[in-house]
Amino acid sequence: MRNFRRSILTSRRTALGMGAGTAATLIGAPYVIRRARAQSDFDWKRFEGEHLEVFLSKNPRSALLQEHEAEFVELTGISVGSEQVPEQQHRQKQVIEFTSGSTSFDVTMTAYHVQKRLFAKGGWLEDLRPFLEDPELTPPDYDFADFSEGSVAYATQADGRMDTVPFNIDPWIVYWNQDLFAEAGIEYPDTYEGMLEAAKAIHAPDKGIYGVVSRGLKNANTPVWTGLMLGWDMEAVDAEGMLTTTSPEAIAAAELYKTLNADYAPEGVVGFNWNECQTSFMQGTVGMWIDGLGFAKPLEDAATSKVAGKVGYGVFPSGPTARHSPLFGSGLGVSAFSPRKEAAFLYCAWATNKVNQVRMLQSGAGAPCRNSAIFDPEVLASLAFPEQWAETLVESARIARPGLPVIIPVSEFRDIYGVALTNMISGADPAEELASATEQFRPVLEKSERA
Amino acid sequence: MSVESPGGIALGRSGNPAVRRWQYLLFAAPALVAVFLVIVFPWAFTVFMSMHDWGVVGSRTFVGADNFLRLLSDKRFIESIGHTLYFTALAIALPVVLGVFAAVVFHRNFPMRGVLRAIFIMPMMATPVAIALVWTMMFHPQLGVLNYLLTSVGLPPSLWVYSPATVIPALVLVEVWHWTPLVMLIVLGGLASLPTEPYESAVIDGASAWQMFRHITFPLVLPFIMVAVIIRAIDALKTFDTIFVITQGGPGTASETINIFLYLQAFAFYDIGYASAVVVVFFVIIVIFSLILLWARQRTLWVVDN
Repeated sequence: MRNFRRSILTSRRTALGMGAGTAATLIGAPYVIRRARAQSDFDWKRFEGEHLEVFLSKNPRSALLQEHEAEFVELTGISVGSEQVPEQQHRQKQVIEFTSGSTSFDVTMTAYHVQKRLFAKGGWLEDLRPFLEDPELTPPDYDFADFSEGSVAYATQADGRMDTVPFNIDPWIVYWNQDLFAEAGIEYPDTYEGMLEAAKAIHAPDKGIYGVVSRGLKNANTPVWTGLMLGWDMEAVDAEGMLTTTSPEAIAAAELYKTLNADYAPEGVVGFNWNECQTSFMQGTVGMWIDGLGFAKPLEDAATSKVAGKVGYGVFPSGPTARHSPLFGSGLGVSAFSPRKEAAFLYCAWATNKVNQVRMLQSGAGAPCRNSAIFDPEVLASLAFPEQWAETLVESARIARPGLPVIIPVSEFRDIYGVALTNMISGADPAEELASATEQFRPVLEKSERA
Repeated sequence: MSVESPGGIALGRSGNPAVRRWQYLLFAAPALVAVFLVIVFPWAFTVFMSMHDWGVVGSRTFVGADNFLRLLSDKRFIESIGHTLYFTALAIALPVVLGVFAAVVFHRNFPMRGVLRAIFIMPMMATPVAIALVWTMMFHPQLGVLNYLLTSVGLPPSLWVYSPATVIPALVLVEVWHWTPLVMLIVLGGLASLPTEPYESAVIDGASAWQMFRHITFPLVLPFIMVAVIIRAIDALKTFDTIFVITQGGPGTASETINIFLYLQAFAFYDIGYASAVVVVFFVIIVIFSLILLWARQRTLWVVDN
């Protein structure tokens, strides 16, 4: 908590926690399911008969929107065609369609940690501020102030544009195996040092037991390192836009990443993305798994997971100078090329209303952006997941800070540093690898800011 | 001009060969237009893009040969050429050797041959991406079936695609499993077309099975093997799906072939100009490769009276 306050004073991009003050006033407000339709004289039907195409990234949260789509159709009389496409292809198709100057979709999903600056640069999404201020377009019970400060900051561009409404956040946590911790006679660690010790205590490769697992696969692995760097109160690109990737803090974080993965992880972790990590952890052979918080559902499924009922959920441990949870997230926006922008906005407003945000949390599909969903004890009590998961979610959201630099060439950043990190797992020296990766990446970053 | 084509007779009235050539051109025009649109234009446009700094947002500026110079000094690109050649060589050689062997085996008469042949060619019918996903699971160092099999016969486990040292041979393993049947089919067709007389006289002369293979079967079936080599070479050079799904070019860049590198530049980094330069270089490599293969194929043809 103290860390959170401090960081808000020290870094302009840090205002991403959950706004502790707002949270306090909202705790205790009873959650009431209100049918949006019951609201006053707002005219939901003003675009009746129109048709919208909605382009979603494939994940359980999008599936939830599709599942309840009929509700929107009934409410507005707008027919909807929606499609879920795997993340990578989704991102590519968006860029290709946007650059062609016309899009097949009206509404689309954006990953802030990858696409935020690129989309702003292209001017591809409509500024939603005028819509949000228009009482004829924004339902009176939409209550934009309910969105957490952090998620609104994540959705806001540097020039104040809001080209999306916040949809979900994904802070990283540590899943830990309670049995393996009990066997080793240790507690869940609060610090990076403690995490290393715990990994060491549990690690027994001869018996097929490993201390820790996290992404080793190039590109996917970069957020693990930048996330660890937050423990030194350091982001990969500072407030002035300068790379900090050769700083002593960055090197220390890389050393930690290397030790965790080279010494205490399963062999072959260098090729693991989150799904291989998940599989290893579900087999009950790994002490800790560092990743996003959206995996409770598969882990607690006794049919496929050997660790169901034995998973501990831990807040990202504290580094030497700070404790943060690396944050990722996405929003919904309206294509600047859509001829039906207002109807498309109605869809965004419906998809991010209180009912849908609560549904997201209740089904374990992810962490919603509305305080009324996250901080409502009634909602939290109704979850199908262990209490610890919900507590970890709340605390992580409070100390969350962007896990990747907010720059245009995020893919290049992830790729170039990802290769450096895999080389480290195979034995290379962190300082040297970071120096050579930075040499490669710096011109890319400079060019992107110049163009 | 000595051959009188049916077209020429039909057009009849015009006896002047030059005029007639123009008339022929009229018939060829639709094909020419199609070729121009789908082959010549995209090719020329790629060359045009390769000489520009061409991103998806922002301005497009002419940079001359800059992209090509950058390629020359790009360690990752140079390495990717090496990976491509290594992968291609293995992915041609192993399926061809095993495919020829399988063809010789399946050419013999034995019970259940039809059924076994059908089973053998089944991998070829599967979708590459689905195969790649299954192999990814089988390669898993702790949970994969391959290491289970190795350790259950007392061999040490391997890291397969999870180690820079073994990743390319492991990927080739998938190719071998997938495409050996195709080589077998082509060569089997060749074997079926061979005359039986040379074998009869060889048997009379007391030749061994190996001698018959080495001195009769192999030379006679060589043109078919070359066809298989060419098809394999084309497939191996353009392999993308299995590598991308299984390793995405990793660990690190250990299995990054030119295709993966190209994909990354174009569709992950949106550096279209640079990616176009990669395409142009790749095109040159393919042309050189094809010339070598065509030359080799000429040498294997049954040319007797030359």
